[in-house]
Amino acid sequence: MRGARTILTREIVCIPFGRPSPDRTVSSSTPPWRIALSVNAPVVLRVENLRTEFGTDQGPVTSVDEVSFSLAAGETLCLVGESGSGKSVTALSIMGLLADNGRVVSGSVVFEDEDLVRLPENRLREIRGNSIAMIFQEPMTSLNPVLTIGDQLAESMILHLGLTKAQARQRVIELLDKVGIPRAPEVVDDYPHRLSGGMRQRAMIAMALSCEPKLIIADEPTTALDVTIQAQILKLMRDLSAETGTAMIFITHDLGVVAEMADRVAVMYAGQVVEQADVYTLFDEPKHPYTIALLRSIPHLSTDERLASISGSVPSLLYMPTGCRFHERCPQAMDRCVGERPELLPIAGDHDVRCWLYDEAAQPQSSGAAVPA
Amino acid sequence: MTITKPSEEQAAPSTPDEQREPLLRVRNLKRYYPIRKGVIARTVGHVRAVDDVSFDVYPGETLGIVGESGCGKSTTGRAIVRLETPTAGSVIFDGTDIAELSTARMRRLRTDLQMVFQDPYSSLNPQIRIGDLLAEPLIAHHRLDRSGAHAKAAEMLKIVGLPAAYLNRYPHELSGGQRQRVGIARALMLEPKLIVCDEPVSALDVSIQAQVLNLLKDLQGEFGLTYVFISHGLGAIKYISDRIVVMYLGKVMETATTAEIFARPRHPYTEILLDAYPEPNPHLRDRERIIVEGDVPDPAKPPPGCVFHTRCPYAQEICKTDVPPLTTGVHQVACHFPLAIEKLATEKAVS
Repeated sequence: MRGARTILTREIVCIPFGRPSPDRTVSSSTPPWRIALSVNAPVVLRVENLRTEFGTDQGPVTSVDEVSFSLAAGETLCLVGESGSGKSVTALSIMGLLADNGRVVSGSVVFEDEDLVRLPENRLREIRGNSIAMIFQEPMTSLNPVLTIGDQLAESMILHLGLTKAQARQRVIELLDKVGIPRAPEVVDDYPHRLSGGMRQRAMIAMALSCEPKLIIADEPTTALDVTIQAQILKLMRDLSAETGTAMIFITHDLGVVAEMADRVAVMYAGQVVEQADVYTLFDEPKHPYTIALLRSIPHLSTDERLASISGSVPSLLYMPTGCRFHERCPQAMDRCVGERPELLPIAGDHDVRCWLYDEAAQPQSSGAAVPA
Repeated sequence: MTITKPSEEQAAPSTPDEQREPLLRVRNLKRYYPIRKGVIARTVGHVRAVDDVSFDVYPGETLGIVGESGCGKSTTGRAIVRLETPTAGSVIFDGTDIAELSTARMRRLRTDLQMVFQDPYSSLNPQIRIGDLLAEPLIAHHRLDRSGAHAKAAEMLKIVGLPAAYLNRYPHELSGGQRQRVGIARALMLEPKLIVCDEPVSALDVSIQAQVLNLLKDLQGEFGLTYVFISHGLGAIKYISDRIVVMYLGKVMETATTAEIFARPRHPYTEILLDAYPEPNPHLRDRERIIVEGDVPDPAKPPPGCVFHTRCPYAQEICKTDVPPLTTGVHQVACHFPLAIEKLATEKAVS
């Protein structure tokens, strides 16, 4: 039944862009090149113990706390979490783009031997848009409506790469073509409102790629798009990262998108990373009760099981629970979870969990009852 | 390439639906919005938000309407409860065509027809306490006194899983999920027969979506409710619907039971929609699938013929000129070359 579709996929309806990505064969286990990637590739970004606060009328509020992760070249790390989990603030902290009332209180963000947190603004400006680029959720609000697409894309290339206007324009057309925008030589002179949502997001991706960055941070880049357009953009981003070897931090609330994009996943809850693993381990053997509950609360097309819901809602930053921040909603909470803060600790290889259930000292007391089903 | 035998494919099992009398019958529904231009606001064209849509909703079932933005699913939902007056066509609820009812008679019928809105932040009046908000329909329609209505409101809060103490709270004191529970409670106050849910979980966090979907399911079992559930999210639609209508650019592409739609989609658009859905399973990321090019066309200038032909991987000459009619029966499809048959035709042409 699927025969006809195979031919069509390859010959007719493939997005007309660049070379085909490396053959991603279907397999039930982790493809070997993924593992090799995380072991051998050099580390591009290392975030350690990041803590970001915002000043509010009710005093300082900690939005991101004890966040640590690292990213290898060519790797895609998905930060996944619900609203208020601190995933976007993490990205803004890395880029130094926090609002005036926000600041990184402690921790470090090491990118190519420089700690971005401690860099002066003028050095940061050299890095932003040059070696680190960002793609935002709403392409209409992040593109300047009174500048043509060409002018906006050329700006960073003239600034960072020292190209002339004519050279930059030529490069813009190439880039627009590369991200699958039809009629690129005409679109270069169009204003953003002339483009559809999907095309604007392609233009944003072209802008992010313009200086060949080492790292792209994409904050919910497909959330505002329709599902068929989302599929196009996700494919484009996957192909581009495979081709250019750019490392990517991909922020999303959608576990379906995570399953499509991630090499590794960091699950965030209430400002902290609660679990971190490669994408197959995370979906096949989730360990943190929050990750487990989250995976059970989303509908799958392949099963008809009743959804398990997580009781309660995400805690407010102003009234953060003591101990483990998930304990009020956790079906397996113990006395210890109320009073003591768990740390993010490795349980096996590359798999880290922030939960007392996996603390060796806690195991004897939990006596099986607390082992997740 | 394998061929499915046409006899197997077409012998769709006749479900009890065919014998039952539908609660709601939508026939050839159209809703056009005029496009005005110039100083005297001359009408220069129409946006065909809903163009010739027909379907039935049977008592006790959930009919899911799925489609991308601009497909007319919300306008259809609003026309069912007469928040939009149809340009043409009929919406027959329980034997009455509500498209032509007077305002006064429509007002009486509103006790049977309720709506749950997408955004629980803007659909609750911020100046009114939850108790008054829930009591209002009872006072307006059933002439209950305030204390009687409040007692009922307290009961209803309990049914949707909120403490009775919330009667005295204002909407801003509630979280998004709690507000949507209030929205559902408000729709239930008059004991309606049909509730139109327009993207009720789209604005909510993932963990809260499951709570609200389960609540809607439980309430349906308890009170024998009928839902029209509108969403762009395939996951939620599949979870809650018994039957599904797939819409594209103001038209129905395919109607079938949920199992049929997901196991044997006949319309190329349905297939593409299913392929585009990011399934939360990384082992499926490399599955063979079609990703279509291009955007949804402008609804003010829909393409001639089949509205999907500009993006359809199987489109032929006839698709550019002739509008395919929606077939009748349990599994309805509006396509000149529905999938199984189309593949058979290709096979014949090759041999």
